[in-house]
This record gives sequence, C-alpha cells and structure tokens, in this order.
Amino acid sequence: MEKWENNKAWFLVLPVFIIVAFSAIIPLMTVVNYSLQDIWGPGQQVFVGIEWFEEMLANERLQDALWRQFLFSGLVLLIEIPLGILIALAMPKRGWGVSASLVTLAVPLLIPWNVIGTIWIIFTRPDIGLFGVTINSLGIAFDHTARPLDAWITTMLMEVWHWTPLVVLLAYAGLRAIPEAYYQAARIDGASVWATFRYIQLPKMRGVLTIAVLLRWMDSFLIYAEPFALTGGGPGNATTFLSIYLVKIATGQFDLGPAAAFSLIYFLIILLFSFIFYQALLNVGKGDK
Amino acid sequence: MAQIELLDVAHSYSDSPTKKSDFALKHIHDRWQDGGAYALLGPSGCGKTTLLNIISGLLTPSQGRVSYDGRDVTALPPEKRNIAQVFQFPVLYDTMSVYDNLAFPLRNRGTCESDVQRRVLEVADILDLSPLLKKRAAGLAADAKQKISLGRGLVRNDVAAILFDEPLTVIDPQLKWDLRRKLKEIHEQLKLTFIYVTHDQVEALTFADQVMVMYEGELFQTGTPQALFENPSHKFVGYFIGSPGMNFLPVTIDGNTAFINELSIKLDDKTADLGRNASGKLEIGIRPMYLEVHPVSVNGSVPATVRAVEDQGSFKIMTMNLSGHMIRAKIPEGNPAPQNNAWLRFPAQWTKLFADERLLN
Repeated sequence: MEKWENNKAWFLVLPVFIIVAFSAIIPLMTVVNYSLQDIWGPGQQVFVGIEWFEEMLANERLQDALWRQFLFSGLVLLIEIPLGILIALAMPKRGWGVSASLVTLAVPLLIPWNVIGTIWIIFTRPDIGLFGVTINSLGIAFDHTARPLDAWITTMLMEVWHWTPLVVLLAYAGLRAIPEAYYQAARIDGASVWATFRYIQLPKMRGVLTIAVLLRWMDSFLIYAEPFALTGGGPGNATTFLSIYLVKIATGQFDLGPAAAFSLIYFLIILLFSFIFYQALLNVGKGDK
Repeated sequence: MAQIELLDVAHSYSDSPTKKSDFALKHIHDRWQDGGAYALLGPSGCGKTTLLNIISGLLTPSQGRVSYDGRDVTALPPEKRNIAQVFQFPVLYDTMSVYDNLAFPLRNRGTCESDVQRRVLEVADILDLSPLLKKRAAGLAADAKQKISLGRGLVRNDVAAILFDEPLTVIDPQLKWDLRRKLKEIHEQLKLTFIYVTHDQVEALTFADQVMVMYEGELFQTGTPQALFENPSHKFVGYFIGSPGMNFLPVTIDGNTAFINELSIKLDDKTADLGRNASGKLEIGIRPMYLEVHPVSVNGSVPATVRAVEDQGSFKIMTMNLSGHMIRAKIPEGNPAPQNNAWLRFPAQWTKLFADERLLN
C-alpha cells in the first residue's frame, strides 16, 4: 500500500484531541502521577511504584466503605427501577394530568444536591421535622443522627425521592413511544395486563431502561453531596460511602498519593460494572437464535 | 363463522359532537356476508380504519349497534369477539420465537399445549412459515412479519372474520403480489370472512368479491369491481375508481339529446327519460376507455381540441378540450392519436347520467 504524502487531514482531529486532553486525559494522568508518588510538600516527593495501591486495597476502612457502597447502589437499583416503571405505568396518558404529573415529578430533579441533604435534615429532625415528629409521636423512636439503621433509612428515602423521578421520566418516554397497534393487537390476542407488560411494554422499554440503570448505577456509586449534608458519613462510619471517605483522605488528611490510587480503583470499578450492565441489558431476551 | 351487521352506526372522536363534521363515521348501515372477501376502499382519512376498529371492538361506536349472526356484540371487548385483525405495520412480540408468537393467542385463552402445537404447525404450514418457527420474530423481513401477524389470527379456530388494515403498505412491490395471492388462497381454503381496508384501488379490485367505497365517513357504494366500474352510483366513485377517473360534463336535456353548450349527444331512451324527470344539476359521465376518438367526423360525434397525449406503454391517455370542458380518453396503443382536432363519440350504453352527483338509474 502506498502511503499518503499529504497528512494534513490529521489537523482536523486536533481540536477534538485538545478538548479531550484537557477534559479527560490530563486530569486522569495527573491522578496517575500522584498515585505513584509519596508527596510531603512542594518539590518533595519520591517514586513509590504501586505501594499506595497495595496499601489502599488492604485498607479495612476502604473495604468497609466499598461494601457499604455496593449495598447502597444495589438497593438503589432494586428499588428505583421497579418503582419508576410502576409509577410510569400508572401515569395518565392524556389530558392535563400528563403535564401536572411531569412537573411534579421533575421538582426533586431541579433542587441542588446539598440543598436536598439540608431539606431532609430538617424534614427528619425529631424535634421540629414533619417526618421526625410524626414518626416519634407514633411511638417509634427515630433519630438519623444517632442510630445507624435510621441514618440508612433516611438516606435511602432521600435518594429514592430524589432520583426515582428520573427513572419515571425515562420509562414514561419509553412507554409513550410504543405504537397503539401493539396494544390493539394484544387486546385481540387476549393478552392479560401482565402479558402485555411482559411481552410488549418491557421489551420496548429496554433501551430507556438500560440508560436508567446505567445512570442510576453510576450516580449512586458516586453519591457525595446529599449524604454528606445529611449525616456527614455518620453516625460513626455508618453512611461513609466511597466518595465521602475519599474526600476525607484527600483533603482532610491531605494524603494525595493514597487518595489518587483510591480514585483510580474507584474509577475502574464504576467502568467495569457499567460495562457489565450495558452488555447484560443489550443481550437480555435475545435468546439463543 | 359469522355474518357481520352494522346497524345505524355513527362514530365521533369528540366527546360532545354537534356538527355533522364532528363525526368520523356519519351513518353506516351495512352487512358483511359470512365467508365473503370484502374490500373497504377510500382515500386516507375517510373513516376506513375507524369502521374496522368498530367491527373488531377496539372502538365502541358513539351510536348504533354491531351484531354478529344477529347477536349484539356492541359492548363486547375485542378479545371476546371471534375476530382477528392485521395492522398496517407488523405487530410482533419481539422477544418471542415465531412459534411462540403464533401460540400466544391460544396460550392466553388457556388452550392445552398439545392443541397449541397442532394448530401452530397447521397454520405455519398454510403460511409457509414452518422453516422459521424456531427463529426469533424480531429479525425477520417485513413480509414474514406480516404473515406472522396474520397467523396469530388464523390459529384461533373460533375466528370467523379477519380484518386487514392496509396490511401491504410496508411490503416491497414484488412481494406484494405474492402475499396478496397467498391471502386469496387462504380465503378460498378457509372460507373466513375477510375485510380488507385499502386506499389502493388495484389492491381492492383484485382482492375482493365485493368492494365498498367510502368517502368522508359514509359508504357510497357496495358492489362487485365490475359494477363499481360500469355503474358508479356517485360522482366520487366514478372519480376514485379507474385511472384516470370518469369524465363528467354538465348538460341540459331536450328530448333524447343531451346538450353541452351547443354540442349535442344522443342518449338512450331510458336514460333520457330519467334525465327529463330528474331535478338538480345534470351531468353526463363516461369512462375514458369507452369514449371513442376519431380523426374525422363520424355519425353522432362532437369536435374537440387535443391538448396532450401521454403514452403509457400499452395504452395512451388523451387530454382534450370539449366546448370548454376537459375530457380524457384512453385509447389502445395501436390506435393513432389525432394531433390537433379529434371527433368524440359517446356510445349510448356507456354514457351515464348524474343528477346532483348521483347516478340516475
């Protein structure tokens, strides 16, 4: 094969390359750089190889935070996806109810994340919060600042309230895109409500649900602002998720090397699971032929 | 098996219809004989699909009743009626195999698995789907998909009628012919009532024994393709059936002669009689293929100026001006087309008379 003599076309790729370099490659390589060194101060550093990675992987507090994080994200997916589909199925299909429910659902999505944490602190306070006072007056002791289970319940409620609407909006869009003829054919074929859901609605929502699962997986795995505002990771370490712990190491203790190694491990876990979910959802229901 | 009747049916999509134009179906009162092959023909938006959905039960009519074999089914949902419907775009259950797609209506009705298998294999055989049974339905070509949609109707042995809503729209032209022939075969083999909605007159005329022409929510005429062609009951039917459509010219009648301005055209006695007694705007109508075109004056002919001649392969379409009115003739390929002036003769038996757009007979 003859080589092209004029390679100027490569310059056309340059703008994209520069943007990607500044937005992704350079920050990532900076983190890689930190993760391989021990830094005491400006100009005082020594190359340590993969020592930080070994240390971090062996760190028990990190392992605890990791399992906590898996439990949290797992619960988020298990609750929000089915709940979101159910709400989308129950939503009105025409008339003024459509706009009314869409706007109502969108409200939690529009609130800044640390404000959400603050709202829920006040909402669940045992002395003045609507939720806290109500549930305590029913005779159930509830205090998210003192009891780990209550802190978890509050965090989950907040997360479900905050993000289920996103799943609803996606699922609703998916449902509205199904042509009327499918429902008509299902009626003529005598399909039950469950069969209509299982064989028409669910398969037709596959695309939007894939997006919903990926977004909720990534976002919940990265969650920081809301639990930080709500519990600050406590009581004890009960709600110290990965990113809360990471920030403690990086800016609290200023251990840049370990924090960088941790960040990379964190990044790879999210990437790996996103890939697995994507492949699984892409191929689900494809059968053997 | 069922004879389907619509009794004084009207339908409006608005909740409180007031004007006549609020109705998608204005007034339908008709009967579909058991085992017939019917085509519902009409332009887009004339209410064909609405009518079909009322028959199948997907829509409940605003007024009137639907009956199968004299049994009132107006209030019954589609799954309780012994009817199947094939839609414009193939509807498949994507995640299922072809076999499971065909079995779906039976399984929903709790049929035992051995009967399901027997029926599915029979229907797959009729539709030439046997080699595809194990395949996933999603990846197939449009014609196979449409056959599966039809198959889901055929597997149910209680089905009396199958409704088709422009089923060949998404099929390639070549396959259209094959599939239409297949439909005819199935009709002859199974003797089910077929009601076929289309806006394509060729499709309607080749498929059906009886064609029903619809326009703006009303059934204008029901008849064999030949009857519709030769004796259109309304100007619309004359325009809509045939290509090009029927010619219409305003006339006055005196004795046995119709006058277009100063030109005279001889009518047969019966037609002239009807014309003299009719009130309203009178027009004569003639099919382009029945209009005789001569290069010179012959007995009973009238002069016209030639505007255009289109050669369409096996025939020519001539567009002419007859005393200020446009008129078209369809002449065989072999006949020479006059260049500037032509003489037209209106054969009496093909010259129809219309009063206020309706055929006099």
